[in-house]
Amino acid sequence: MTKAGTTVAPAETSAPSVRLPRRRGIELALIVLAVLLSVYGYCAVGLAKNGSVPPDAAGYGAGLGVLALIAHGAVRLRAPYADPLLLPIGVLLNGLGLVLIYRLDLETPGDRAAPTQLVWSTVGITLFIVVVLMLRDHRVLQRYAYVCVAAALALLTLPILFPSVNGARIWIRIAGFSIQPGEFAKVLLAVFFAAYLATNRNALAFAGRRLWGLQLPTGRVLGPLLTIWLISVGVLVLERDLGTSLLFFGLFVVLLYVATGLTGWIALGLLLAAVGAFAVGWLEPHVHIRVEDWLHPFASIEAGQGPNQLAQSLFAFAAGGVLGTGLGLGHSILIGFAAKSDFILATAGEELGLAGLAAIFLLYALLVERGYRAGLALRDPFGRLLAIGLASIVALQVFVIAGGVGGLIPLTGMAMPFLAQGGSSVVTNWAIVALLIRVSDSARDQYDGKETP
Amino acid sequence: MARYIRHAACFCTLLLVALLVNAARVQVVQARTHGENPANRRETIARYGRERGDILVGGRPVTGSRDTEEQLRYERTYTDGPLYAPVTGFASQEYGTSFLEHTEDSVLSGSDPLLTPFPLWNDFTRSRNPGGNVVTTLNRAAQKAAFRGLGGRKGAVAAVEPATGRVLALASSPSYDPAALSGNDPRVGRAWARLNGDVDKPMLNRAVRQTYPPGSTFKVVTAAAALDAGVIKDVDAPTDSPEPYTLPGTTTSLTNESEGCEDLSLREAFRWSCNTVFAKLGVKVGVRHMTATARAFGFNDNALRIPFSVARSTFDPTVDKAQLALSSIGQYNTRATPLQMAMVSAAVANGGQIRTPYLVERTTTDDGDTVATAGSRPVRQAMYPATAARLKELMAQVVTEGTGTNAAIPGAVVGGKTGTAQHGIGNSGTPYAWFVSWAQGERDMEPKVAVAVVVEDASAVRGDITGGGVAAPIARAVMEAVLDSRY
Repeated sequence: MTKAGTTVAPAETSAPSVRLPRRRGIELALIVLAVLLSVYGYCAVGLAKNGSVPPDAAGYGAGLGVLALIAHGAVRLRAPYADPLLLPIGVLLNGLGLVLIYRLDLETPGDRAAPTQLVWSTVGITLFIVVVLMLRDHRVLQRYAYVCVAAALALLTLPILFPSVNGARIWIRIAGFSIQPGEFAKVLLAVFFAAYLATNRNALAFAGRRLWGLQLPTGRVLGPLLTIWLISVGVLVLERDLGTSLLFFGLFVVLLYVATGLTGWIALGLLLAAVGAFAVGWLEPHVHIRVEDWLHPFASIEAGQGPNQLAQSLFAFAAGGVLGTGLGLGHSILIGFAAKSDFILATAGEELGLAGLAAIFLLYALLVERGYRAGLALRDPFGRLLAIGLASIVALQVFVIAGGVGGLIPLTGMAMPFLAQGGSSVVTNWAIVALLIRVSDSARDQYDGKETP
Repeated sequence: MARYIRHAACFCTLLLVALLVNAARVQVVQARTHGENPANRRETIARYGRERGDILVGGRPVTGSRDTEEQLRYERTYTDGPLYAPVTGFASQEYGTSFLEHTEDSVLSGSDPLLTPFPLWNDFTRSRNPGGNVVTTLNRAAQKAAFRGLGGRKGAVAAVEPATGRVLALASSPSYDPAALSGNDPRVGRAWARLNGDVDKPMLNRAVRQTYPPGSTFKVVTAAAALDAGVIKDVDAPTDSPEPYTLPGTTTSLTNESEGCEDLSLREAFRWSCNTVFAKLGVKVGVRHMTATARAFGFNDNALRIPFSVARSTFDPTVDKAQLALSSIGQYNTRATPLQMAMVSAAVANGGQIRTPYLVERTTTDDGDTVATAGSRPVRQAMYPATAARLKELMAQVVTEGTGTNAAIPGAVVGGKTGTAQHGIGNSGTPYAWFVSWAQGERDMEPKVAVAVVVEDASAVRGDITGGGVAAPIARAVMEAVLDSRY
């Protein structure tokens, strides 16, 4: 390992005069800060709810801190040029998620989700470490594009064989564990899209006939687009998962645009999406209810049935105001059963206020921006598209879920990256951060004496 | 490709801006609307999230709070609940509030802006004030004497301080324990159903919310009208009163309980409560002047608040002469709350002036700093001072040598008037026993207390139900309690 490591670390053979700063010290400092902030939040919840610091605060802090430090060591060892913000943002969001879940645990005796979430975070960070250590070069992934898409489709169709939970058929349950395979499929599909588009982008952009000023591609390359569109709508209809299909489709359209730069494609994509969404929104009852709730969030109150979850979520956000009630001092338990998963952002909005919510959004924005920056800096099309794809997954997902619980768009059952309770989600998001670390390391490494920008 | 990446980045920025704008919309612009939505439980949770302030009688709280550690955390408790129920009312998570718990709710629950240390302080800190206290004017001993005197019989007692209008006692019987309505477990619902279904109406505040025909106690008002109008110039001069008295324009004869009322002077007729004399007197005074006097005493007033509303006592201004004759002896359409009759008695004791009654002396913060005081109350002249002096004399005579001897207190000057009010179809109901009075201790400069007692007891022997026999002892106990308290 050590021998191999020295061969891939060009820093040791390059001229020191053009070496970029590695900034690993800054990363370490930010990680320590992120862990301290999480422990502080954990203590604040305990003090607000029970008047005492939770006895396991030190244990939680140490657990998160040790995991983060090992991850940091892996980055130092194998990705020394990686962007120093990515890992600390992941740690902070994951830590904040643990705080919020622990806080909601206190309202529901007997349902302790925070320890489970810590276990899944451990699995996620372990996966992060494995990816950073094992994956020397992201371009290797390009070779496995078709393996990835096959695996993704298999994972997506698997839950159809299992019973639906709360109206959506997106879980599989094995031996007491429930896994959401659609989460893993996101990363696999991003790899496939990046690889496919990197290979075919010229054919997509310049082949085929022109019609009404629009450059049409040949059927051979148009086929996959329609296939993906049909799959995304199919997933939605069969599994009642509006969010995932929206995410896949949005991801594909963004990558297609970045790869070919054809605005007409975007128009066509949006048209197809609109037709699909409209049809499904009116024909599929589960989705139709969501649309109705979005248009009239207080209809159930007027009907005398009490506020529904979306209304409760809006009440929670409103109760937070600008500065929030303070951790542990809100009443987000009124939201009901999905408070720790789909609606966890409402708790953040109530207890941390608009200020805290804006901070969380900006953390995500920073994560996305760092991904885009790596994409811009990279030279190979696959790496570029992969970075943009992964960053866009985070951006779209945050928008879809935050817009949903905030009443901006119809609600879809998706998980807020890192914050929400859910093992598959945490593990997937750590994989995304790991891949971003890998591509950002390559992006900054390129300039290190070997090539000039 | 870099150009398109930048475009995609712009798109992501647009999504971020949309989220931030939407968050600001919900959390700032719509915050108040959502907060005030009745389906939003947060306001209710916050309301019960801290201890409710107390209602104080004689410097000691008669209420309390119990921590249930449930979502609606603090529940109301009451010491001597049935005794003070007509004053405190109830404060229930399920059924809201009544009486002082209702009218003083903003202070007790801590939401009153006057409780904040600085203006806008709470808006800035997002905190709520601890509940404030309400200091009542009640006299503990008088209230107890009144409730014990009623002894579970249906009836009510109201006592006021004539010079100030402070309400010293407000008792209603049968009563109930408002603690049974605190909280939100199923027992509360059962208690609510039981109390509302009870034929004895224990939740009815008979002292201020129930009107009765005042019977002979109304003769105080009739006498005041006659003296003020100059119809009677000398209380000792014989009146021209037949016995029995045929009501004008009818063949109905009016008789008396006692004999020898014919042509009696006002003094003697008042002492023996002659219906014939006062019925004819009322007709002679005329409906216009009778109505004006009754209104000056507080009848036909919708707006009285002490601070909770008091039922309207009525003197019908649209009567013919026969009806006026009956109205003048407290029958027909004449109706009064016990508090109204206490005010009549207080006006006599206070030189003809009526002070608007009030029950809340002041409100304070939880650590005792005064937030608001009762302030000066409006005064109304119900009759000339000379008329009041005459009536004082007449009322005192009723207690020394008339129908009200049961109310006499050794060493004190006591004035009173009995009443036995008939009611029901053809006067078939058991009569109501009334007694209104005032008392002045030997070292007092002025009368210290005016009381009205009504007992609507159905189980007593009919002949026994006279104001002097049933109601006067209760009034005496209340007056003694007030005269004995030195504070």
